[in-house]
Amino acid sequence: MSTFVDTWKQHDFAAVGARIAAATEADVRRALGKQGRGLNLDDLAALLSPAAAPFLEEMAALSHRLTVERFGRTMQLYAPMYLTNVCANICSYCGFSAQNRIPRKALDDAEISAEADALEKFGFDHVLLVTGESSRYGLAYFQNALRLLRPRFSNLSMEVQPLDAEEYAALTADGLSAVLVYQETYDPIAYPKHHLKGPKADMEYRLATPDRLGTAGVKKIGLGALYGLSDWRAESWFVGLHLHYMEKHYWRTRYSIAFPRLRPHEGNEIPVTPFNERDLIQTACAFRLFSQEVELSLSTRESPHFRNNAFKLGFTSMSAGSKTNPGGYASEPESLEQFQISDERSPAEVAAFLKTNGYEAVWKDWDATYDGQQTARSNDVVHA
Amino acid sequence: MKTSPLVIAGVTLRSRLFLGTGKYSSGAVMSESLAASGAELVTMALRRVRTDGGHDDIMSQLDTTKYRLLPNTSGVRDAKEAILAAELAREALGTNWLKLEIHPDPKYLMPDAIETLLATRELVKRGFVVLPYVHADPVLCKQLEEAGAAAVMPLGAPIGSNLGLETRAFLEIIIAQSRVPVVIDAGLGTPSHAAAALEMGADAVLVNTAIAAAADPVAMGAAFKLAVEAGRLGFEAGLAARSTKGEAHATSPLTSFLASV
Repeated sequence: MSTFVDTWKQHDFAAVGARIAAATEADVRRALGKQGRGLNLDDLAALLSPAAAPFLEEMAALSHRLTVERFGRTMQLYAPMYLTNVCANICSYCGFSAQNRIPRKALDDAEISAEADALEKFGFDHVLLVTGESSRYGLAYFQNALRLLRPRFSNLSMEVQPLDAEEYAALTADGLSAVLVYQETYDPIAYPKHHLKGPKADMEYRLATPDRLGTAGVKKIGLGALYGLSDWRAESWFVGLHLHYMEKHYWRTRYSIAFPRLRPHEGNEIPVTPFNERDLIQTACAFRLFSQEVELSLSTRESPHFRNNAFKLGFTSMSAGSKTNPGGYASEPESLEQFQISDERSPAEVAAFLKTNGYEAVWKDWDATYDGQQTARSNDVVHA
Repeated sequence: MKTSPLVIAGVTLRSRLFLGTGKYSSGAVMSESLAASGAELVTMALRRVRTDGGHDDIMSQLDTTKYRLLPNTSGVRDAKEAILAAELAREALGTNWLKLEIHPDPKYLMPDAIETLLATRELVKRGFVVLPYVHADPVLCKQLEEAGAAAVMPLGAPIGSNLGLETRAFLEIIIAQSRVPVVIDAGLGTPSHAAAALEMGADAVLVNTAIAAAADPVAMGAAFKLAVEAGRLGFEAGLAARSTKGEAHATSPLTSFLASV
């Protein structure tokens, strides 16, 4: 079966970067002139280029308008729940890296329930389950977590190690709604420099993961790059290429994109390719113009000031009150975290901010009825 | 100036204009119109083709070394009838290419989506190259693509109406997400309709009434040839920007906060 890997191989990362750098003002004007209708990958390249920088305000206005047209003045709120920081990979940029001498922990049933208690009190109904990558905590562990949490939350997403299509299908049957699998970098030269050891070193297996998710019928797939590892403009274009490919091949699926930037973390500091707030805004707006349907996520990695201004420029979901360590909401100190967050406001504070700015904070936007064959909530309805 | 070739089911076609063979005043006029149009793929209704070997006004006027035949199932009312007609067409005309038309409604000739999908699945299994005629329904087109259709042929307007691209908003979605060629079929009434279809990214158009029922079908065939070529060239050249007036002058700048981060 052909996968995105075949498409990816048709494009040279450095050449794409050079092509984007060479885009002209006329190219940008042509892309903007389409008013968000029918943009192609050349248009995306133009909007990501240095030539687009003087048009940032125009891109932002158009991105805002297109987002309101499609999504209204709403913002989905969700929280990550870190289940374990056990990880078999050695990655240069991650606090969970196997070579870091940090205490390792995997939540047991009682601890998962305690985290769920805390998140329910905050009002969350959409929880993103996050782990390191370890075969010790694989399919059976995820299935157990889903079965524990399914009765308590309407929407369960996952950001864990890449799995096989059959495993994704099994998790979908247990009530999984979405899987986020960021490629980290689409640059074949940078990838092995940062993924030194472990299963994640297999770049092509990771590249083909969204195909396996699509084949398994997962309802929503998150794509993205980790900004800081290579040229952000080329990374973004490849994310666009991936989105374009996925939308054509797996058209029943919804897609989301996030723009994580490298944050301070446990372990050695590494050289970071620049990607500042202005670049992030340009990227988000370019994606909104490229796709009116894709959901764009704004992370707590960013500062409150930035989030307060950026949220209406194309984003549709935000995490809030995030803890990036296993057990972080209920009890554990933050010494086991994956990375440091910047926006430490509580979910209620974020929701209040949105309200005063004319936006509705959406806590529930899914129902367990739509997921899997047997869900506790649907059973409740049947037996009520 | 050359444009990229159209490939359907591995076959490269020289022209992006497909023609029908009905409604002409004579076989000779049809033949001349086809020649003037530059079309390579021509469709004919199985119900009008003599399959018993007798004299056939359509087939006798068609140089089958010059044209690729696309028999259609016009007249069938469901998948079962379509499959039977397809097998007959393959036998009689020696081609496995098929324009699948199922319209149980004799007044407006509206295609039946459900029967079309069922028939496509079966005909693909039987080795046909299926080009289904359908409503401009983006979901149906994706389902047909998954079923193995070699192209999809959504309608621009009711068949024979000459109204043009009435379904434009849906055609744009179909074109944007399709992995197989999109051929706009039915309703195109003027050369400018055909040019607009190609400009918006359609891979080809199929025209019959607009040419066959024109005062001068031969000249109209030539006009459509030029229109299709112009439309495709325009699409490949990349249309110039429309005005972005208004977007550049927001009253409250949205990005000024970046100066302080």
